[in-house]
Amino acid sequence: MPTEILMPALSPTMEEGTIAKWLVKKGDSVLPGDILAEIETDKATIEFESIEEGIVGEILVPEGSQGIKINEIIAILLAPDESKVPERTKKKIEHKHVIESKPLIAKGKPEASVEIKELTQPETKTITVREALRDAMAEEMRANPNIFLMGEEVAEYQGAYKISQGLLEEFSAKRVIDTPITEHGFAGIGVGAAFGGLNPIIEFMTFNFAMQAIDQIVNSAAKTLYMSGGQMGCSIVFRGPNGAASRVGAQHSQDYSAWYSSVPGLKVVSPFSSDDAKGLLKSAIRDPNPVIFLENEILYGESFEVPIDNNFIVPIGKARIRRSGNDVTIVSFGIGLKFALEAAELLSESGIDSEVIDLRTLRPMDTDTIIQSVMKTNRCVTVEEGFPVCSIGNYISSVIMQEAFDYLDAPVINCTGKDVPMPYAANLEKLALLTTAEVITAVEEVMYR
Amino acid sequence: MPKKKMPIAKLQKYYKDMLLIRRFEEKAGQLYGMGLIGGFCHLYIGQEAVVVGLEAAAIKGDKRITSYRDHGHMLACGMEAKGVMAELAGRGDGYSKGKGGSMHMFSKEKNFFGGHGIVGAQVPIGAGLAFSDKYKGTKSVTFTYFGDGAANQGQVYETYNMAMLWKLPVIFIIENNQYAMGTSVDRSTKSHSLWERGLAYGIKGEEVDGMDVLKVKDAGDRATAHCRKGNGPYILEIKTYRYRGHSMSDPARYRTREEVQKVRSERDPIENLRDILLTEKHLSEQEIKKIDVEIKDIVNDAAEFAKASPEPSVNELFTDIYLEV
Ligand SMILES: Cc1ncc(C[n+]2csc(CCOP(=O)(O)OP(=O)(O)O)c2C)c(N)n1
Ligand SMILES: [Mg+2]
Repeated sequence: MPTEILMPALSPTMEEGTIAKWLVKKGDSVLPGDILAEIETDKATIEFESIEEGIVGEILVPEGSQGIKINEIIAILLAPDESKVPERTKKKIEHKHVIESKPLIAKGKPEASVEIKELTQPETKTITVREALRDAMAEEMRANPNIFLMGEEVAEYQGAYKISQGLLEEFSAKRVIDTPITEHGFAGIGVGAAFGGLNPIIEFMTFNFAMQAIDQIVNSAAKTLYMSGGQMGCSIVFRGPNGAASRVGAQHSQDYSAWYSSVPGLKVVSPFSSDDAKGLLKSAIRDPNPVIFLENEILYGESFEVPIDNNFIVPIGKARIRRSGNDVTIVSFGIGLKFALEAAELLSESGIDSEVIDLRTLRPMDTDTIIQSVMKTNRCVTVEEGFPVCSIGNYISSVIMQEAFDYLDAPVINCTGKDVPMPYAANLEKLALLTTAEVITAVEEVMYR
Repeated sequence: MPKKKMPIAKLQKYYKDMLLIRRFEEKAGQLYGMGLIGGFCHLYIGQEAVVVGLEAAAIKGDKRITSYRDHGHMLACGMEAKGVMAELAGRGDGYSKGKGGSMHMFSKEKNFFGGHGIVGAQVPIGAGLAFSDKYKGTKSVTFTYFGDGAANQGQVYETYNMAMLWKLPVIFIIENNQYAMGTSVDRSTKSHSLWERGLAYGIKGEEVDGMDVLKVKDAGDRATAHCRKGNGPYILEIKTYRYRGHSMSDPARYRTREEVQKVRSERDPIENLRDILLTEKHLSEQEIKKIDVEIKDIVNDAAEFAKASPEPSVNELFTDIYLEV
């Protein structure tokens, strides 16, 4: 019996990968443990070993192929006593390839009806959020020699999530700096460098680890301008993935949006799409204040249209109406948009016309856009991945009550992650996370359906 | 005393600078007692030789950063007594417009980067300032001061590691005044030499008699030369003593009156320098008296200035939170 060799999942968030290199060819004998190929994931290039003995019968996906989905058949291994691939297996493979070669449509990509204010520039290209972040840093670093990037694995490893790919090569070790694993220390060094007139970008491998540095972020970066009577600004960006990844458990899955958003002196940004990621990161780097830039690991690999023009930026503090509608306002940000947009789409099938607001910036928050929308729709649901107590949605609810109470036809509902540390077990994790179904239920509730 | 002959003008300057800090702090204590200064107020009395000796080793462009026990550092780097006192009193003419207070004062002009209330937080920030100088290719160094208590914070060692790894021009100055609030060094660590901990990271250093301004200056010269040559950081553990309580509200039950008295009478940095100036006939009794009056005037003027200065305008409540983009 031939064995189908499938595209392996080599990281918790990997959905697809690239066959960087085949180390075997058709006809080669392999033993368990022999390396078959080098596979590039969303995070790194990893060697992929055979677990069986056999002869390489067919290589189905050539070297260099990108976007190979997990579990797609990439090669056939014949048993040591077989000589060619049986017809039945061949048929099955052909059938599968037809299905899977359909063009990938990025999930959460804005639909045609979406109002996109910034995308007035004619020319765009499709890039991932990951590439958008890298391009933003590279473009800004070219323009300003005082910008440097510092963090764990940002330089030689090319970024734990490959956000800084190629930057070391272009900007040298002076400006792309690998640190030891010492968040508290390098966050403080970054703050000092900013006081000294530089523009640091501090990457946290994930925001979970920024907990060790939060004193420097809050007490030193955010408050010094005020405590110095306006003398000592701190132009610094703290960036990295925030929120739940996948199956990494409680200590690696938390959304810190509400934490940082409560601190005067900080600006907090949480983009969803590639264009916003790029435009907002450029704004954040240029901003003379400390900016917390919350990315999302699950969104890194998603593709969106981005204007080609290098001067394209997105201002901090402006929400974006991703879908206009009249019946209900759904307010979200970051990965929450995935659920909000999906829910809006499904709800439209049952005749509910949702307006979806992407906050993009959490502090300062564009509450005007929310209030205007709620005055039109009279109903509001907020959507975020974080914990329910003292959430962003709680704050929005209070602003709506104070500024548009008489316009409300129903109480505001906050859709959030559940009030539990993130469980590891797949079934429990699924229950703990926000879902599109929950957003739909909440909307139906405020619509009294 | 070190063997090198010191120009007399310099000795006189050190004497005046130390005396200014002492008298300023005594006045601050007084104003605190009168309710003109609130909150925490940490006096530097007894430690004057540390900052005066090190400022003598600094040149233009050098930076300095310290903890909340910062009044002496500000005066020694040339910030005005008036502005410091006004800030202590929370007045609009203070260095931070009254919004920082005793523990949080800054002067961009004098390269004084605070004034930090979180024990140890200034240490990586100081290394970051040094990072900015190295990045820009200047020859400046950053004087980063912290206490014996702060020396037990993890971020200090994170910083040692990176400062040496990247050869940052930073001088780590441990002002070992033997106590962290009520905890003596003996009760906080088994390692009795704090500077030697830097050796584990490859950082050179030394212990210095912090009650002798000339020895401190010498050590400062060695440290700055080391840093300016591009050798990376240097550690000075300066043995000193604070005469007053940790802050104004400290009853100081953790040590005896005799212990304090002994240091005061035998090792006081100001008294000792005065004796030298007199016995070596650099200054007459008359001249010493004149200096006393001069300093007293500066301090009284500062106090009057602070009292007369208005509280910050209420319009200042929401300013200085963000810089305009
Ligand atoms: C992180 C932190 N923990 C505790 C405190 C409270 N605290 C303020 S000063 C101090 C003692 C510090 O002693 P030391 O570093 O020796 O400096 P000194 O006061 O002697 O100058 C403590 C515990 C604080 N401000 N910050
Ligand atoms: Mg101490």
